[in-house]
This record gives sequence, C-alpha cells and structure tokens, in this order.
Amino acid sequence: MADLMQVEPGEQKPPVIAPGHNYGTVTDKIADVVLKKPVSLGWLGGLFVCFLILQWMLYGVTLLFFKGVGVWGVNIPIGWGFAIVNFVWWIGIGHAGTLISAILLLLRQSWRNSINRFAEAMTLFAVACAGMYPIFHLGRPWLAYWLFPYPNTMGYWPNFRSPLVWDVFAVTTYGTISLVFWFVGLIPDLATMRERTDKKILKYIFGMAALGWRFSARHWSRYETAYLLLAGLATPLVLSVHTVVSFDFAVGIVPGWHTTIFPPYFVAGAIYSGFAMVLVLAIPIRKFYNLGDFITERHIENSAMVMLGTGWIVAYGYAFEAFMNWYGGDVYEGFVRFNRFHGPYALTYMALLFFNLVVPQVLWIRKVRINNFWLFLISLDVLVGMWLERFVIVVVSLHRDFLNSSWGMYYPTQVDWAIFIGTLGFFTACIFLFMRVLPAISIFELRTLLPEAESVKHE
Amino acid sequence: MMMEEQNGKPHKEDVCPGKKDKLNLETANAQIEETKGPEFWRSLEELAGSGEFQEMMHREFPKGASEWLDTVSRRGFMKLMGASLAMAGMTACTKQPLEPIVPYVKQPEEIVPGKPLFFATAFTLGGYAAPLLVESHLYRPTKIEGNDKHPVSLGGTDVFSQASVLGLYDPDRSQNVIHLGNVSSWGQFKEVILATLKDQSASQGAGIRVLTGAFSSPALADQSQAFLKLYPQAKWHVYEPVNRDNAYEGAKLAFGQPVDTQYQLENADVIVTLDADFLYAGFPGFTKYARDYAKRRDPDSGNMSRMYAIESSPTSTGLKSDHRLPVRAVDVEMIACQLAGSSGGSLSGAQAKFVASVVKELQAHRGSSVVIPGEHQPPAVHALAHAINAQLGNVGKTVVYTDTVVANPANQTESLKDLVADMKAGKVQWLIVSGVNPLFDSPADVNFADAFNGVPNRVHLGLYQDETAEQCHWHINETHYLESWGDTRAFDGTVSIVQPLIAPLYDGKSLHELLGVLSDDAQLSAYNVVQDYWRKQHPGSDFDLFWRRSLHDGWVQGTTYTPKQVSAKSENFSQTTTTRSTFSSGGPASAIEINFRPDPSIYDGRFSNNAWLQELPKPLSKLTWDNAVWIGPVMAERMGVATKDLVRVEVNGAKVDLPVWIQAGHPDNSITVFLGYGRKRAGRAGTGAGFDVYPLRTTATPYFTTGAQVTKISGTYLLASTQGYQTMDAGDETRPIVRTATLEEYKQHADFNEEKPPAELTLYPGFDAQYKKEPYAWGMTIDLNSCVGCNNCIIACQSENNIAVVGKEQVNHGRHMHWIRVDAYYQGDRSDPQAYFQPVPCMQCENAPCELVCPVGATTHSTEGLNDMVYNRCVGTRYCSNNCPYKVRRFNFFLFSDWDTPQYKMMRNPDVTVRSRGVMEKCTYCVQRISEYRIKAEESGTTDRNTDGDLKTACQQSCPANAIIFGNINDANSQVSKLKAKQRNYGLLDDLNTRPRTTYLAEIRNPNPELQG
Repeated sequence: MADLMQVEPGEQKPPVIAPGHNYGTVTDKIADVVLKKPVSLGWLGGLFVCFLILQWMLYGVTLLFFKGVGVWGVNIPIGWGFAIVNFVWWIGIGHAGTLISAILLLLRQSWRNSINRFAEAMTLFAVACAGMYPIFHLGRPWLAYWLFPYPNTMGYWPNFRSPLVWDVFAVTTYGTISLVFWFVGLIPDLATMRERTDKKILKYIFGMAALGWRFSARHWSRYETAYLLLAGLATPLVLSVHTVVSFDFAVGIVPGWHTTIFPPYFVAGAIYSGFAMVLVLAIPIRKFYNLGDFITERHIENSAMVMLGTGWIVAYGYAFEAFMNWYGGDVYEGFVRFNRFHGPYALTYMALLFFNLVVPQVLWIRKVRINNFWLFLISLDVLVGMWLERFVIVVVSLHRDFLNSSWGMYYPTQVDWAIFIGTLGFFTACIFLFMRVLPAISIFELRTLLPEAESVKHE
Repeated sequence: MMMEEQNGKPHKEDVCPGKKDKLNLETANAQIEETKGPEFWRSLEELAGSGEFQEMMHREFPKGASEWLDTVSRRGFMKLMGASLAMAGMTACTKQPLEPIVPYVKQPEEIVPGKPLFFATAFTLGGYAAPLLVESHLYRPTKIEGNDKHPVSLGGTDVFSQASVLGLYDPDRSQNVIHLGNVSSWGQFKEVILATLKDQSASQGAGIRVLTGAFSSPALADQSQAFLKLYPQAKWHVYEPVNRDNAYEGAKLAFGQPVDTQYQLENADVIVTLDADFLYAGFPGFTKYARDYAKRRDPDSGNMSRMYAIESSPTSTGLKSDHRLPVRAVDVEMIACQLAGSSGGSLSGAQAKFVASVVKELQAHRGSSVVIPGEHQPPAVHALAHAINAQLGNVGKTVVYTDTVVANPANQTESLKDLVADMKAGKVQWLIVSGVNPLFDSPADVNFADAFNGVPNRVHLGLYQDETAEQCHWHINETHYLESWGDTRAFDGTVSIVQPLIAPLYDGKSLHELLGVLSDDAQLSAYNVVQDYWRKQHPGSDFDLFWRRSLHDGWVQGTTYTPKQVSAKSENFSQTTTTRSTFSSGGPASAIEINFRPDPSIYDGRFSNNAWLQELPKPLSKLTWDNAVWIGPVMAERMGVATKDLVRVEVNGAKVDLPVWIQAGHPDNSITVFLGYGRKRAGRAGTGAGFDVYPLRTTATPYFTTGAQVTKISGTYLLASTQGYQTMDAGDETRPIVRTATLEEYKQHADFNEEKPPAELTLYPGFDAQYKKEPYAWGMTIDLNSCVGCNNCIIACQSENNIAVVGKEQVNHGRHMHWIRVDAYYQGDRSDPQAYFQPVPCMQCENAPCELVCPVGATTHSTEGLNDMVYNRCVGTRYCSNNCPYKVRRFNFFLFSDWDTPQYKMMRNPDVTVRSRGVMEKCTYCVQRISEYRIKAEESGTTDRNTDGDLKTACQQSCPANAIIFGNINDANSQVSKLKAKQRNYGLLDDLNTRPRTTYLAEIRNPNPELQG
C-alpha cells in the first residue's frame, strides 16, 4: 500500500490524497460539508431544479397508471420501449459503484477509498431508478408482486424458465446487497458525525443510525471481517446482475437479441457507463465542495482508464456481433446488420458507434484524461452512447424481425420522455440530498490512506 | 307564473322576442345561405314564418313548463326542494310486493341457458341475399355464420353480412320517430299521414313518390304492386349508388331483356376477367364464386384452372390470377373487342402478346372457359362478353342466364333522374325515402339536394339519422334485418325468409309496415305481409309445414331460378364484335382516368358506422378508417408524390383533396378513388372518416372517366395501415414467407420444406409421442392457393372472440387487435407485381417461444397442443409478443373493450372473456368451440376422433373458399391430417424449430408457358 502513497518523482502520478493532510483535517473537511457549511443557494437551486424535473416523472407515471401503457410509444411489434431501455441503462450505471466498492476492495486498490462512498450511493439511487421501470412497464402494474414466488391461494407460481423471473431475483438481490453494503460502510462515519455535531437532534439521529458504534478495537476487528464478507458477496453480483439482464434478450429468439456474446458484453457496457456516471458526479463534487484533495487527478485518471478499457471490450462486442451476423449466414440475423446501417434507425446506430467507439479514443491522451472539463464531456458522451446502445438493442431489433408484414416503428411519446427525464431528476435530487446529509467520502477509510495510518500499521 | 305576478308583463313577449320584428325575407335568405347541416330545415320553417313554429323553437319546454325558466323566489325554491326531498324519501319506503315469483314453470322448449341456438335468416346487399345461420344466446343474436346447407353459401359468408351483427347493436342507430328534429311517435306519424293520404287518393297518388334501394323480396315486390295499384299515379323509384345498370343495359344490348348472368366456375378451365372483381364481397354470388374458384385451383387435382385478368384498378381477383394485364378501364372495351375478334385499336407489343395468348386459350377451351365482365364496365363490354361466351359455346356450361334477382331491374340512374325531374317540376307532394341516402351518395350532376328540399313532405325510413334523414320532415327508425320479417333472393334466385332473431330494440318499423300505413292498412305487420304472400304462393293445407320448413332450412324450396333461354339480338352481336373498330375511347393515352369503386370495407358508405368494417384492413392496401386515392408507382414517381401526400383531384367540374396511396400494379395514367367515405352524419365511427368523392361522380360517368386532373398540394394526411411493409424482400434477400411455385415446378417436386429442422432436433424428446397419447391434437392448414384475401375470417374472428376496435390513431400506432390478419405481399415489378395473400392466425407452436418467456405462466401449453392464454394471470410484460416470431399476439395497451355501452353487452359472445386493459390476447383456435365439442363428444361417448364437420373455428366456418381447415391431427382420416401430408404443406418460419401447428399449403400458380419469361 505504501507504493500507492508515494509520489514517485519519475512518473508524474498524482497522489491519492493531496499532501499535508492528517486525521483531523480529513475528518474536518468531509464532516464539515454536512455539519458546518451553510446551505448554499447553489445547492438549494440545484435541488429545486431536480425536484421540479422529478415532478415531471410523477405526471408521466400518474398518466401511465391511470390510462395504461398505451401512453407510451410501445406497440406490436415493439413491445418494449423506453422503460426497458432505461431499466438496463440505470442498472448498468449502478455497476460501477459495486465494482469500486467491492471488487476494488478485494483487489486492494485502496485509491478507491475516496470515491467508493458516493459511488455506492450512486449505485443505490441508480438501482432505485432502474427498479421502478419494470413495474411501470407492466400492463397491470398492480399485480407486479406476482413475479415473486410466494405462498398464495390462487394456485399461482412464477415460471422459472422466464428470464424476467431471474431478473426479479437478480435486481432485488442487487438492490438489497447494495443497500446493506452502503449502510455498513457508513456506520463508523455515522458515529463520527454523532460525535462531531453540536445539535442534539442530529446527535440523536446519527446516534440511532450508528447502531451504538463506539470505535472500540473489537468493533473494528469485526467490522473489517464483515465488510470484507459483504464485499465478497457483492463481487459476483457485478458480473451476475447484468448477465441476467442480458438474458432477457439473449434467451429471446429475436434477431439481434439471440446472441451468446451478450453477458460479457453487457457487463463491460455496464461498467463503461457506470464509470462515466462516477466521473459525471465526481468532477462537479470535487469542484464545488473543494474535495480536490481527496478526489485527486489520480482518481479521475484511473476512472478514465477503466472507461477506455471497458470501451474496448464493448467495441469488441459490436465487432463480433456484426461478424457473427454475417458469418452465421442466417437471413434474419444478416438483416439485423443491414437494418442497423440502412434501416430507419440507422442514425441511432451511427451515433452509438460515434459516441461509444470514436469519441472515447481521445482518452489515450493523458492530457485529456486529467482535464476535468473534457473528461466530463466525454463521460456524458459515453452515457448517451450507452443509452443509445440499449435503444438499438431493444427497439431496433424488435422493430423489424421475422415477418415483413409485422414490421413497425417506435416513436417515443411525451410520457416516455417525461418518465425518463423524471428519473434523471429523481437520481440527481437524491445525490443532492446525499451530499448534504451524509459524509460523501468515507472518512475512516480515507484516514487509512494517510501517512499516519502507515506508521500505525508498521508498528 | 311568478313573473307575471311580479311584473305584470304579458308572458309571451319574453318567450318569443322574435315576434316583435318581422322577418326580412332577404336577411332570412342570407341566413339560410350561411347555415349549414343540421339547422337547414329549421331555417326553412323560419322562412315560412310559422308562428307556432317560432314559439316552439324558443320555448325549450312546452307551455307551462317554461315558467320554471323564470326566476324562482327563494321561498318558492325551498318549498320545491323540500317537496322533492320528501317525495324522494317516500319512494324508498315503497315495499316490494310480497307476491312470490316462480321461475319457468314450464321451461321453454329448446332453450338451455348457455347453449346457443341457430336460426336461419338472410342478409341482403343490393338485393342479393347472403343466406345465414345466426347464433343466438338466449334470444340475442351474437354471431353470423353462413348457412351451410344453402347451395349459395355452403357455410361461407362475406364481410358485410358477418359485420351486420354489430350494425344491429350499433348504439348510434336511430331509436325514435323524429318529426322536425323532435322526438315523435309512430302513432303521430300515422295520424298525420293518414289524414294527408286522403287528399292524395283523390289524385290517385299523383304526388307520392317512393325511393328505395334495389330489392329482391317477392313479398315486398307484391306489396309495392298493390300499393301502386291503390295509387296508380304514384311512382316507385330505385337508386343505389353502386348498382347493376351496366350489367342490365349490357344484357338488353345483347338479348333485348335484362337478365342475370351466373358463372359456373367449377366447370371453367380458363377464366378471363374484363375488369371484373368477382372475388370481392360486393359482387353478386361472391361466396359461391370464391368456393368454385378455389375448388379448381387445387394443383393436385389435375385440372387446375388458369385465370387471366385484364383489369384497371388492382383487385384481389387480378392479383390471384395467373396473368394480369393492367390497363386503364377505358381500354378494356378495346381489348374485349380484340378478344371477340376485332382487329381495331392499338395494343403495345406485350399487350398484343397477352391478348393473342388469351384468344388461343379461349379457343382451345370452348365450352369450358368463361369471360366475366366487370360491373363498372360499360354495357358494351357486357354485351361483348355475352357475345364471346356465346361464340365459345360457354352458354349453358359455364355461363347460365336467369331472370333478374332484383324485382325491378330498371335503370336506376334513369330512375333517379326521373325522380329529380318530377321533384323540380313540383309534382312531388310526398317523398318516402327508405333505406337509401341520396343526399350523400347521389351523383353530383342531378343536384338531388336542391330538388329534394323543394318537396313539401319528406319521409325517411332508415337505420340511422343520416344525411337524408336530417333533411326530412319525418324520420322513422327502421328495423334491422335481424329484428324484422322479410324475404329475399340469393343470386341463384333461391328465396330465403328473413326471420327476426330479436324483438326490435328500439321499436323500429320495416318498409312492409310503412307501406301498410300508406296503403291504409295501419295494423299490418311485416310478419303478416310475408306469410300472406307465401300462403298465396303455396296454397294448400300443408302451408304450416311448408312455412316451418322454409324457416328452418333458410330457403324456400322450388324458388331457385332455372336457366333461361335467351336469344341474342343478332344485329347487336355482330355490331359489337368483328366489325367494330371504334371504341368509346378516353382520348389520348396520357389523359388521366379516374375510377370510382365501392370501398371494399364500407361499400357505398352504408356501413360507415360499422367500426369492425372501418377497422378492417382493405384487402390490398391494408388501410383502415380512410379512403385514399390510388396512384400507380410510375405515375406517382412522375408526379413526385409519395403515400400520404395530399393531392387535388379535379374532374367533372368538381374537386376533392385526398391523400395518396401508391398501389403496386395500378395502371399508369389512372387513379382510383373509393366511395362511401366522408360521411357527415354517420355516427361515432363513420362521421368524418375519410373523404367524400361523390361530388366527383356524375350520372354519365359513374365508374370511370378520363380527363381527371391530379395536382399535388401541400400537406400530408395520416393514413393508418396495418401492414406498412408489403414485400418479402429484406435487405438483399427475399424471405421464404409465402412459398410459391408454378404448376410445372410443383409437378417436378418443388421442395417447400428445405429449411425444416428434423423432428429429432430437440432437447426434449417425445413431443410426438406425448401428443399421440391424447384423443385430440389440434392443427390447422391454410391453403394459400384458395385464399382470395377477402378478409372474411378477420370479421368472423372479431365477432366470435369479442375483439375490440381501437380506432385509427391506435391502428397507426400498431395496436390493432385482430387475432387473424391477412398479409398481402407484392413481389417483382411494382407496376405489374405478383401478389400473395397470407392469413396469419396464431401458429400454436408446439415449441412456443412465447411460453418460455412469460414470467407469470400466463401462456401455457395444453395437452392437446393449444398455446393457451390465461388472461387472469397476465400482468402485461409483453415479453411473449416480443418473442413471437409471427407477431400474432395483441395487447390491450388501453382499455380497448367497451365495458359500458349496454348494446355491446348484448352482442358479445358469452363464451369468450371480454379482455381488460393491460393483458395480452391472441388466437385460441376458438377454444370455446373446442371445449363445447369435447363436452358433447364426451356426453355422447363417441370414440370417433374425427371432428370434421362438427367442429369449426370461426375463421374456417366463414371462409367462402375453404382455405382454412382445422381439425384433429391425431386422426389420420381428418381433412387436416390429409392436407398436412401434402407435399406443398410447409410451416412458416419452421427453421426456427417452433413446430407450428398451423401450416400453409404453398401457393401454386398456373401460368401459361407462352407468356412466361
């Protein structure tokens, strides 16, 4: 771990924490965001705007529940539209959080300590956004609980051959583990907050939430074990959740869905878009809350490199999808390739290739990787690109399948957009609240990165 | 009352302020000019300045009631409210009577609740009957089926009769007698008319005119004769916008008398059509022709017929033919002359070759060929066809002449003209319009409306308060044919008694009853009229037996027409054949021709409020809810217009703006418009749909004329088609969706199952063994050779399975609900394509992709091989539809079914669930019929597993061409098993290993080798 800490003069790797910090300054800087800093106009304004956008979703959902899924652009043959596109997109975004907190923990990539907290929060909120869609998307949403196997008198039991049932398990497991993992990670910091606040009510609330944490050595010892175990539990989820989500498509026989490459390709895509979202959040946070000392160029650059790497896996997926379409020699599969390039939605496929493959190649240049402004734009670009990818997979595959007579077109309606943009509002509103009420960076984990901690360990 | 007391003002002044200043004639005229539509008659009366009328108009309520419009004092209001509250309470205190009630003491014979009964009756269109059996659930007619014992139907029907059950329950039907816009009563009408008729009898009814549609009813004919005897000076006019004037005039040219022509297609080896669309529901004899045609298209029979179509606007008939020559309608006459031996006229090389081959074929098949002229072709073409058929010795073999089916084969256009002339001359005092809508559909040049509005007394009898009813003084709500007695003739002359299935829903009256009143016999019922007439025809003691038998069978024995010997008027024959070299040509070849055709779904507009028919995709374009102007691809390219662009069509001094539909196979320099749309007062489904093209139509050129101008105008119009893509080409490849071969290729063993995976290619062995254990395994074959794309199966399915209508916008979104669809594909040259029809119901895959993916098990497999849909379980993920390669699943994106309208509740099939919002649905192979059959079979303990004849799906039952065969594939002797064993049997997309239970018999064409390549 020591090597991480040292800034080697030869390489210009930025440090994980800016020099000059000690236990006290780290704790102060992070806890003050919540406890000391006055509520800024910018924060209030931002929250307000996000909250307004959230109302748009409520409008859309009200209309949806009142009238039926016909308020969307879905039809026969395109039975799935924005709801599934958004579901897959949000679930994918969540993956980066779990990857950072669990896999990087197991791999002892301790630089992740400064970003794991809000990445996990991001996961949680993204899963919440994603989790809404499968319910919205049902023709009879009030019966959504029928997807769960539960004892009932109706003689009813889910069909375990259906990938949608697997999905239910994958997503609910994922949501639960993410929540537990995030909360367990918060406990020592909640206790810190309890100690540091002057207000009685906050002491009470943080105290309750901290579950009686007293910073005793025994607590720490058990905590470390539990956290590691949870990380072990969460790790397979990074791979399994999106694999299962990809089965929704791969199990289907629709040309453009029926592909064995989907699981790894979906996981890579998820991490790709997830890291893009981490950057989209981290860059403004470090700027507006002066956390540049903890979320350093090192983090930014590492995230950018993960993006570049997963981007190439995704590119490999595209290439092999196209190759297999041709090599398979199947009329219908062959047409998928033709239709993506020449069909009415050709523009979305072109845009997807441009956003996901062409633009991110500038990340080969280190200057871009550490330039916050450009990186922010590229991250947005990847998010759009990955959204388009899901659109291409869901809609463009469905709109022209086997029988030419049943080809159709999908045009998203106002309600489609309202709910999609509304969940963006929900997500950002949650992030805004999270920033103000909880320590956005893990204080105790960050402290282990300080030189002081090194000395403790060596003793 | 109160006002008078308080203010001491005379009441009348307030109620009728208009009285103060007299109407100025000029301003009134100007007002009338301005007012349109529903207010017109009201303005007329105002012009007349009738005092009572003015008062009535201003008083919303009759005298005495209007006082309540005045200010009510607070005290008065409280008193009133108090009283009504007290009275409201009193009603609640009313005790229910204590008398015990008893259910059926004696159960009515034959009624078992839950078991339907079938009654024979008949539907009539343009005088031609479709013999029917109507399914009745506890005396509510719910489903129309063809009368399988009747030689014309043999079970088959057409879309119009199938959909007529919706017409019965249409909530927009007229429900009252209307006098001057107010609800009146039949009694009041009788009073008024009986008083007036006394005046008329003095002049022998010189002022009375009756206008009806064409009818074939012998009883009505008899009654009308009696009526005309009573009023010798009265006149009876007949006009329908789509009529057989051309056919009768042609017959008169050829034989000197109007006759009906019947074609015996089962005897025809070669069929040549001269712009005739005999495979369309509006063509007299369609059901029989479709069946006979299909019978001779079996490539395994060894005597497959060959069909040549010379036609203008593309039709199902033309597209089913082996060779099609697209020409302008105006050129058909010239080609007919060529066929008859003339050498006049000029033909292009390809056309000449075509004509030469046809002539050769006809000569080679003397006595076993037939030439069929189109209804909209001028009399000369009909006469030519008669001449050619006579020359070829076809008469008596493939062509039979009979008396006309309609009672009055007079020229309807002339009849209408006479009526208008009389109206203009002021000779008409009373005009009785029954069952027709001349204010909407009369030709533009007769100016019917102007003359009509000058008639002082106008009476309308009809199902709807339509454009004509609106302008009549009296409107009487007519009974639907399912509510009233009558009789009618099928195209072979056989009379069917129309018996009611239900008492009139709105106390309507039939034309028989109205005529009874006019003949001063106000107590007359339709039942008496019909029965008395037939008693006269069948005197004798066994009349009751005769009557019962006629009702039961659905036809009157001994009424079928016998072939009629007609002698050709030689001078006309010779003139129309060889010597003629001049034709009624339409000017230069570049002159644009306009064709007027009845709409394939809503006919002349009379069915425009039938939502099933409105949403029925038209056979060729698959358009719904609209009419467009058809333009050929070459012409469209030249004009620079695309489908949905608006164009202005100008002809005969009138213009109409319409959207374009580019129709493959349409001849160049020719356009087609469809009648019946653009109704102003049709009802909730028909009003405002489409574009009215009647203003373009004149008496001189009712079906086509040249000299039309088509100009592109700005804007586009939304056209909702259910099949946006009408070719099997995708990318660089053509998909093997409809598999075809020529007869020659077929004989040399064309393989239609190249891609079929072997049966053992599955991880779950024993599919077959499992199904073989069951008594039944359901399967279906659809013979693409037989299917003529008439859409009948769609309506039959819609009626049987309570399928909702979604409206134009939802159709455009791709959300129509039809469980069976008929896909139309065009291949090859766009101007002269090969076209195929393919009905697609659920394939009931043994290896169903939909079942696997449903998370809640809402779609599962039955032991008999059905892919069942459990509506209750469905949560609406739509995954099944995504995974269905045939896209036959339909989803209730909204609450599409009408759960509220009481009439529709009566109409629905009680054996089929009415689906709610958010659930998936699809073809079930009519599982309710299967269950009913199975129960019956178990009750009777039969071991015969052959269900042929006893169990039919709705689509199969209605198919006039017998293209759909359903049955038990576990029984080797069943029809479906035999068909599935045929070499041309193939499964759609069977390379996906879905193992579809619905399979297709490949389409085999029988082209003339001379014309190939």
